[in-house]
Amino acid sequence: MHVAHLALADFRSYDSVELAFEPGVTTFVGDNGQGKTNLVESLGYLTAHGSHRVATDAPLVRHGAARAIIRAAVVRGDRRALVELEINPGRANRARLNRSPVPRPRDVVGLLRTVLFAPEDLALVKGDPGERRRFLDDLLVTRAPRFAGVRADYERVLKQRNALLRSAAQLGRGRGGPPATLDVWDAHLSRCGAELLAARLELVAALRPLVAKAYAALAPSSGSADFDYRGSIEETSPDRAMLEAALLAGLENARRNELERGITLVGPHRDELALRLGELPARGYASHGESWSFALALRLAAYDLLRIDGGDPVLILDDVFAELDAERRAHLAELVGPAEQVLITAAVPADVPGSLAGARFDVGDGRVNRVR
Amino acid sequence: MYEGVVQSLIDELGLLPGVGPKSAQRIAFHILSADPADVRRLAQVLTEIKDKVHFCRICGNVAAEEECRICRDARRDPQVICVVEESKDVVAIEKTREFRGRYHVLGGAISPIEGVGPDDLRIKELMKRLADGEVTEVILATDPNLEGEATATYLARLLKPMGLKVTRLASGLPVGGDLEYADEVTLGRAFEGRRLLDV
Repeated sequence: MHVAHLALADFRSYDSVELAFEPGVTTFVGDNGQGKTNLVESLGYLTAHGSHRVATDAPLVRHGAARAIIRAAVVRGDRRALVELEINPGRANRARLNRSPVPRPRDVVGLLRTVLFAPEDLALVKGDPGERRRFLDDLLVTRAPRFAGVRADYERVLKQRNALLRSAAQLGRGRGGPPATLDVWDAHLSRCGAELLAARLELVAALRPLVAKAYAALAPSSGSADFDYRGSIEETSPDRAMLEAALLAGLENARRNELERGITLVGPHRDELALRLGELPARGYASHGESWSFALALRLAAYDLLRIDGGDPVLILDDVFAELDAERRAHLAELVGPAEQVLITAAVPADVPGSLAGARFDVGDGRVNRVR
Repeated sequence: MYEGVVQSLIDELGLLPGVGPKSAQRIAFHILSADPADVRRLAQVLTEIKDKVHFCRICGNVAAEEECRICRDARRDPQVICVVEESKDVVAIEKTREFRGRYHVLGGAISPIEGVGPDDLRIKELMKRLADGEVTEVILATDPNLEGEATATYLARLLKPMGLKVTRLASGLPVGGDLEYADEVTLGRAFEGRRLLDV
């Protein structure tokens, strides 16, 4: 698929901008702070209904405006869809498809699929386990929008259960036994958790060979990249009933500890995707260059997986080439070159390998101009 | 900010559910320009509702007397109790005219975040009603959201050992709708709750 048209209103630094794109490579060039990333961030938002840079929506709306609008024409095969998202910070967003409102913004998730590479990706390797869990869960949602609901349900049960444990911990440790409703929340947490966990385990199995392949292509002289899913329970078969039983047993074992500390200690929110380079854990042992290659390999694997599912997603490389040495740049260019559409941002045009020449836009002073 | 009583009215209206500052202002100015007789009637109803309306001492539904219309109705089946969260759920079920038993209004759902536990709901009253053994079936009709499901699970675990028939309302597809328009969660639930077709 590719984006043929993008219009922004009151998004970030742009009061109004309209751009037309073609398949192939498009590069946005401009000094730092001119709004290159804002352009590609809008497409990332349209994909995931969230930004890769900020956790709340308020910074996405231009200062002084009430709402921001992202509108994109997405072409897939011979079909063209016009997707529009209105971002209302603090309130529900609204979505339109081909100019007609849809009941829930979630209904337009999946129409545009992008895979975004950004300097922030380094945190996938060097950051907390939460970064890697989010990588997995975001990819689940992109593949099957239904998982947005599964994920939200799990987070809600977790919040309720934590509130119960916290109040029990405050009321008096050990006195009067556990609250009467804890069993009920255990059952619900296990059921929602098993659904999320089963999906993650399947995803990890599908990603593993793709990551190894991508890493070998990016850094042929380095060791092999692999990872394990380390769950808070032993069970690793993606069978929901078995996972649910294992989670329930895990909660039972942890109960005394949980009641003392007032938080939930078992479940997919505690799990880790442990990355390995050769025999060593990537976190702490990998060099800066190796960490970058690993992060890129994870994104490339996500791209491959979405492509296998059907429909070539749009690749976005936000300020990535500046972070890589010449060899890695060349390898990356080779890997992304064949994609249907690649959008690149760069402060220095020379950072982008010559093989990725294509259309070019200059970004500066809040304006975006096509260079002919 | 408006002066004195106008702002007070806007503030009070703004406390109502679903009414934001803009709507509160619109309603306040509507009241200001309305016929004085209409406004007096509204004021009177507002005072009366707190004085005259009670909660039924049996089921907890809103009632004009000590017991609600449904609990007083001898034709209703005393063997079946339908448990709901709020009085407005009773009205919704009554509209179907499908249910001939009696109700029990819990007054909410279990939600630790909001500090609502089983003791804050009318569960003790429900157990008292079930004590004499006349009731044979309890239908759990709490909302099909997380808190409603948790409440239903809690009640089911409490009631099952008493030898009662405990049922839960089905969740699934809206009647008269198209399958393709159902969201994935609802459709998934409908699959889980599918039943044998008697032919």
